[in-house]
Amino acid sequence: MAAFSYFPHTPEDIRVMLDRIGVASLDALYADVPAEYVHDGNFELPEPKSEQEIREFFAALASKNLPLKIFAGAGACDHYSPSVAQYLCSRSEFSTAYTPYQAEISQGTLRYIFEFQSLICSLSGMDVANASMYDGPTAAAEAMFMALASTKKKTRFLLSETLLPNVREVVATYAHYHGVELGYIAHCGGQTSLDALKAELEKDDVAGVLLPSVNRFGIVEDFSGFAEAIHGQKALAVAYCDPSALAVVRTPGEWDFDIAVGDGQTLGIPLCFGGPYVGFMACRKDYVRKMPGRIVGQTLDHDGRRCFVLTLQAREQHIRREKATSNICSNQSLMALYVTIYLSLMGPEGMKEVNRLSSAGAHYLHDRLLESGLFEEVFDKPFLKEFVLRSKVPAARLQQVLLDAGFFAALETEEGLVSFCVTEKHGKEEIDALVNSLKEAEL
Amino acid sequence: MKYYDKLIFELSKEGRCGYSLPDAWKGVELDLPEQLSRKSPAGLPEVSECEVVRHYTNLSQMNFGVDSGFYPLGSCTMKYNPKINEEIAAMPAFCSLHPLQPESSVQGALEVYWNMEKALSAITGMAAFSFNPCAGAHGELSGLMTMRRYHELRGDSARTKVIVPDSAHGTNPASAAVCGLEVVVVKSRPDGLVDVEDLKPLLGNDIAGIMMTNPNTLGLFEKEIKEIAALVHGCGGLLYYDGANMNPLLGVVRPGDMGFDIMHLNLHKTFSTPHGGGGPGSGPIGVAARLADCLPRPRVIREADGRFRIESEKDSSAGRVSAFMGNFGIILRAYSYILSLGRRNLLLAGKLATLNANYIKEELRDCYKLPIDSICKHEFVFDGLIDDGSRKDADGNETRPGATTLDVAKRLLDYGYHAPTIYFPLLFHQSIMIEPTETESKESIDAFIAVMKKIAAEAAEDPMLLKSAPHNTPVSRPDETTAARQPILRWEATQA
Repeated sequence: MAAFSYFPHTPEDIRVMLDRIGVASLDALYADVPAEYVHDGNFELPEPKSEQEIREFFAALASKNLPLKIFAGAGACDHYSPSVAQYLCSRSEFSTAYTPYQAEISQGTLRYIFEFQSLICSLSGMDVANASMYDGPTAAAEAMFMALASTKKKTRFLLSETLLPNVREVVATYAHYHGVELGYIAHCGGQTSLDALKAELEKDDVAGVLLPSVNRFGIVEDFSGFAEAIHGQKALAVAYCDPSALAVVRTPGEWDFDIAVGDGQTLGIPLCFGGPYVGFMACRKDYVRKMPGRIVGQTLDHDGRRCFVLTLQAREQHIRREKATSNICSNQSLMALYVTIYLSLMGPEGMKEVNRLSSAGAHYLHDRLLESGLFEEVFDKPFLKEFVLRSKVPAARLQQVLLDAGFFAALETEEGLVSFCVTEKHGKEEIDALVNSLKEAEL
Repeated sequence: MKYYDKLIFELSKEGRCGYSLPDAWKGVELDLPEQLSRKSPAGLPEVSECEVVRHYTNLSQMNFGVDSGFYPLGSCTMKYNPKINEEIAAMPAFCSLHPLQPESSVQGALEVYWNMEKALSAITGMAAFSFNPCAGAHGELSGLMTMRRYHELRGDSARTKVIVPDSAHGTNPASAAVCGLEVVVVKSRPDGLVDVEDLKPLLGNDIAGIMMTNPNTLGLFEKEIKEIAALVHGCGGLLYYDGANMNPLLGVVRPGDMGFDIMHLNLHKTFSTPHGGGGPGSGPIGVAARLADCLPRPRVIREADGRFRIESEKDSSAGRVSAFMGNFGIILRAYSYILSLGRRNLLLAGKLATLNANYIKEELRDCYKLPIDSICKHEFVFDGLIDDGSRKDADGNETRPGATTLDVAKRLLDYGYHAPTIYFPLLFHQSIMIEPTETESKESIDAFIAVMKKIAAEAAEDPMLLKSAPHNTPVSRPDETTAARQPILRWEATQA
């Protein structure tokens, strides 16, 4: 047997240990397994690769990807990632730890989760937040269950049609198997229609309503009158938020909503082909005992020192089993640390500046694209970093021209519009290059 | 570890910053109507970069990870997390990819999914995998959705119940409930295995399936799996395999060969990716061939010309379960691990994990109660101390309280170990669940055994020494009751 770097056992170790156990061989440890289930060892797998071979193998795979300049959003934005965030998240005391069940040797994890909860509360204007969710869409689905659990006898949940398609789809999947009926609220000129919402609410069977704070057209929605209408029917108002934008847009708390969810990816998390990201959930304190997932609380130890523990665990699966508020166990803790470090570095001014730079670039691109004569304005509504236009040439052709020039942009929406997203990573020169590539293509 | 008492908010001073952004778009103000603008300032800290680095470095020093020392946490498979995997996952050519990029620009990433599907299928005996679930419990839920979709497509809508053993992980019944299934509990026999006689009357045409963990949470192989599979399949139900305990079977037994139809794997357990203090994990689900069309979408497929494509929608699919295609960065790490192991070392991983567990069990059974005496797999469960140090007077009144499992766990922290999983499974009152994994050396395990024996001797001599432990950690015995009764769940400026 050739030694392998992850296995410390020498043949002598194995012999001594087997003797102590009183069995003759490693295979004898499986004597309780019916012989017909023991595999012959001929797995269709390659033989071991050395570390150098691993590097070469993945370099070859990586070369099959095309590096592009990202001008697309739709739930994942190419914001700048500070080097400090990745550096600190790489500390193995954080990354190789388990869920902080043993509070005495997990104060690092527990403290940063407490900070994360506090930051999410500040951004969203809510009272309490949990330790994180898998991603934005699953957080939205869990908010639906919270709304149902908080409003007895109500059976329906409403979604705005201005929510991203993957949010609507994940919520629909969870709703289908759980037996929840969904309703959809139409938009009017890119903004969720209050009239359409009121019409749906009249049926008096609605537990909650999910509305995007910044919607899939990039429009910052105006929720004047929404909370009153929703609360008037004793339903819960849930906002789906871009947490980066929450530094400047009116918060769910300020709109008098009850729950805020969203995806923390926009807080500097690398795109990484869709994950790992981090979902978040915050709510008013009345609903905290209906919340899914881990929650960290502050307390004192037996010597009176401030410390932190997992708390309100009577909601959770390891205590309540099928009566738990959710099945969630592992969440995205290390990504919550990433976001916590990002927000600490950025501070209030940095977050405003990220929004100002992104929005300035987006408005500049928006105006240059209209000037090019290839696009038409669709909605005249306030936007930040993302916007949609109607393209005079087919979206697929547009995307290909941009792709050939090294850009990923002009994502097609379900109604055939094209969307663009600009962040602080994109300067004027890069934006001009994108517009010029379209002009030069003779579309 | 030393106590450090700051929160990032307490380091804040107005006017400081830790960011570095381009000096661009001068004179262009954010153009947002008052009505849509944030009214109150976002309560974020203002700290310099160096302060951020010191703060989180200090926090990290109050934490214990696999790199710090032995982590025998049962059911969690805290094996060594190889560093080359981190290097691979950090490659810019993977990290910079947008999840909606055209397929032609992400062929390398799609090939990772495809190759991983082939590798996991070979290892588990399943036909197809979805990587969209972000954690084990998310895999359970997605797997149960796939199960329900399968029955639904066959017009078999009466199957609304799922059978779960009383020894199951808490996530099993919780996932079933989220999936809209009614949980029916099947009992364990005194030998710790599923009671087949108790199972039989539960079966019928209302059963969607059974969720099994094999080896179960006692670390015991469910020897009667063949009969159980035949019984459940016989009533039209499916078998779900909870892959949290897959590690001892690596390279030895495949769930597919045992008759399981659906399973999840925890890449953050069996396939060495870091637990991250509670995620991000990855919980891919594998299915038998007849269920492949029911897997969640989107999913990577390969065309006849060898190009990879993303199949976004399919009518027979269980649906979309996460934002995109799961935690790609974690999948990359696990793929790197599988390639490092290769076939040859895969054959040893499970066996060495099982060797380590049985060795500890034999060495400690004179000090700790072993409720079920048989060969275990990757983990085993003690039911507390044999002599907990409690003493009674002639009338049977307790004159000295004994040390509990919690006390043993807390005392272990003093000796530089993470505690085992305690009070689970629920079958015993004083459960101590120990899982050493294959990456611990004999020396490391011998040292742990010596400490466990020492703690047992301490308990017999002076249980108060354990009851007041830990003595050497930054904090000790937090007041959890007050934390739950008067919850403080966020920092407020007034509390500093």
